[in-house]
Amino acid sequence: MAEIRIENLHKTFGDFTAVRDSSFTVKDGEFFVMLGPSGCGKTTTLRMIAGLELPTSGRIYLDGEDVTNRRGGERDIAFVFQLFALYPHMNVRKNISFPLRMEGRPRKEIRERTEEVARMLQIDHLLDSPVGGLSSGDRQRVALGRAVVRRAKAFLMDEPLGALDAQFRELMCEELRLLHLRVKATTVYVTHDQIEAMSMADRICIMNNAEVLQIGPPSEVYARPATRFVAGFVGSPAMNFIAGEGGLEAGSEAVQVRGSRIAIPRLHEDLTSSEAILGARPEHIRISDQGALRGRVFAVEYMGTRQLITVDTDSGRLRVRAPNTVRVNDGEAIGLDFDSEKIVVFDSRTDRAVASALQAGGQRG
Amino acid sequence: MSAAAASTTSAATTKAHSVVESSSRGKWLAGLLVVAYALITLIPLVWILATSLKSPPDSISYPPKVIFEPSMEGYVNLFTTRSRQTEEYIENLGPAETWYDEIVRKRNMVIVGPSRFLDRYMNSVVIGFGSTFLAVFLGTLAAYGFSRFKVPLKDDLLFFILSTRMMPPIAVAIPIYLMYRELGLSDTALGMILLYTAVNVSLSVWLLKGFMDEIPREYEEAAVVDGYTRLQAFWKVVLPQARAGIAATAIFCLIFAWNEYAFALLLTSGNAQTAPPFIPIIIGEGGLDWPAVAAGTTLFLLPIVFFTVLLRNQLLRGITFGAVRK
Repeated sequence: MAEIRIENLHKTFGDFTAVRDSSFTVKDGEFFVMLGPSGCGKTTTLRMIAGLELPTSGRIYLDGEDVTNRRGGERDIAFVFQLFALYPHMNVRKNISFPLRMEGRPRKEIRERTEEVARMLQIDHLLDSPVGGLSSGDRQRVALGRAVVRRAKAFLMDEPLGALDAQFRELMCEELRLLHLRVKATTVYVTHDQIEAMSMADRICIMNNAEVLQIGPPSEVYARPATRFVAGFVGSPAMNFIAGEGGLEAGSEAVQVRGSRIAIPRLHEDLTSSEAILGARPEHIRISDQGALRGRVFAVEYMGTRQLITVDTDSGRLRVRAPNTVRVNDGEAIGLDFDSEKIVVFDSRTDRAVASALQAGGQRG
Repeated sequence: MSAAAASTTSAATTKAHSVVESSSRGKWLAGLLVVAYALITLIPLVWILATSLKSPPDSISYPPKVIFEPSMEGYVNLFTTRSRQTEEYIENLGPAETWYDEIVRKRNMVIVGPSRFLDRYMNSVVIGFGSTFLAVFLGTLAAYGFSRFKVPLKDDLLFFILSTRMMPPIAVAIPIYLMYRELGLSDTALGMILLYTAVNVSLSVWLLKGFMDEIPREYEEAAVVDGYTRLQAFWKVVLPQARAGIAATAIFCLIFAWNEYAFALLLTSGNAQTAPPFIPIIIGEGGLDWPAVAAGTTLFLLPIVFFTVLLRNQLLRGITFGAVRK
């Protein structure tokens, strides 16, 4: 078990910058998820931690030890690949024990540890079958087994559930989480699926265009996104954005939007050189006759106990999550109200969240 | 309504039936074609085998004899040198000691020693297998390098390797002949091995690069993370999976080196001559000794047949490689 510390990690491939000046620490025993769209640098970061790529600059520490220039095999980490990378010419037992055979362990120990891991993952009945005929779930378990059997300092997983179908992915998410609770190994998990990230992570690290945008527990990333990108990427449907008018000063508690006044958490910094963009989650918008913002219902989707209402307003199309008790029809004119204390204010120029009572509340809570 | 349902059901049944029928008929047709093709392909081979078992007069009789009395004369002539004697001399020799002495004496001849066929055959074995091994060995390493590493000018190098196949090898025969004479490689097994390796290595690099590209890098990366060195990963993970490709490549290389005629004729004579230029010049009584030529050809075919059969599973997988992923 170990802490992974990344300092100013930078990686370029020719003219392309894959990872720009990243620094973060993965705590001992933490389930750390790196989330972002494809090509954002999350996999490159993971591969650098594994030693499969060398960083252009920056340092990587494993348990306080500088491993930046060590070969992957000398770092004592286990890697689970997206397509499992099970060796087709070996059976399940051989696959799982592959790392142990490298270490030259005594035969008895290899057999015992392999069988123990297989029992834990419930694939002990498959030990002597070839990997070719296995279901994708069992292949996944074998791949995990190969990682767990090492008792490595850290597990690195590169979209390990990406090749599974949706229903199975949910089950494997749960299994992975249980496995993590049991083994308590420091885990870095890469995915582009925000639902996977939200449901498994202790902390999420969101990347885009080679940069780390925000690191925090799922609830914080969801409620207090640091940038517009994070706000849009996390949560489904995405956060609504509404353009405000005019500059704001620290201490402001409302924004003008198309002539209406919308209350926001008290700002802690000036926003004079650019305009405000309000971010509101669909569940933080209410349908109300007195609503400040007027619009027309475009579509209604029923989703069990809730419904998702799409409303066309002068400020663009907004999505509202409302209880099923609210009755609206397509084309109906309605008013919208906001949970003011939940609104995030972004700077239209930098796309960063402006410091406000929302963040302050988060730091206290 | 039930009548309508019944009629649709029966229509469906008929349709299903006709589908089954047409597919089984298609299978028959395909089977027939395969058998016909196999027969056409086999005719020359059967003819060679039959000729090798004929006596020289039978082999040149017209119309050709399909039914004949089998004789080992061709094989005996292939492996021996004989000299013609007078009938009295033969009669005074006393009873023949072996069956092959007997065959030869019927033609008023005696065996004076072995022919050079076995030497030529062994030359073919050494040169064919030696160059195949070298070409596949070098090809495997080069293909792995081209497939996995950033090689400067990779595309140009690969094109250069391929370009060596863009003209018939015989076009460079004279320069090679002169070069070999200067280097002292003329008529040596080493010279022929190097030559065939040079010709085959381009095929081998390109074929094997295709196979290597199909092997996911994750396999090696997984092994490297698990503590193996790159070379160990290559041995333990890449090679076992490239086996089918290596077998297919080896067969192709072997067939080329084994069959090569032009260079062998030009560059070898007394010492390193291979079987292909030797077989057609087996002279018997009154010109070419066709049964002996056929016997030589039959024996010459055997190793390739043997290896193709031995590696048939690998070969089949090699050919269908890429069609079935993961």
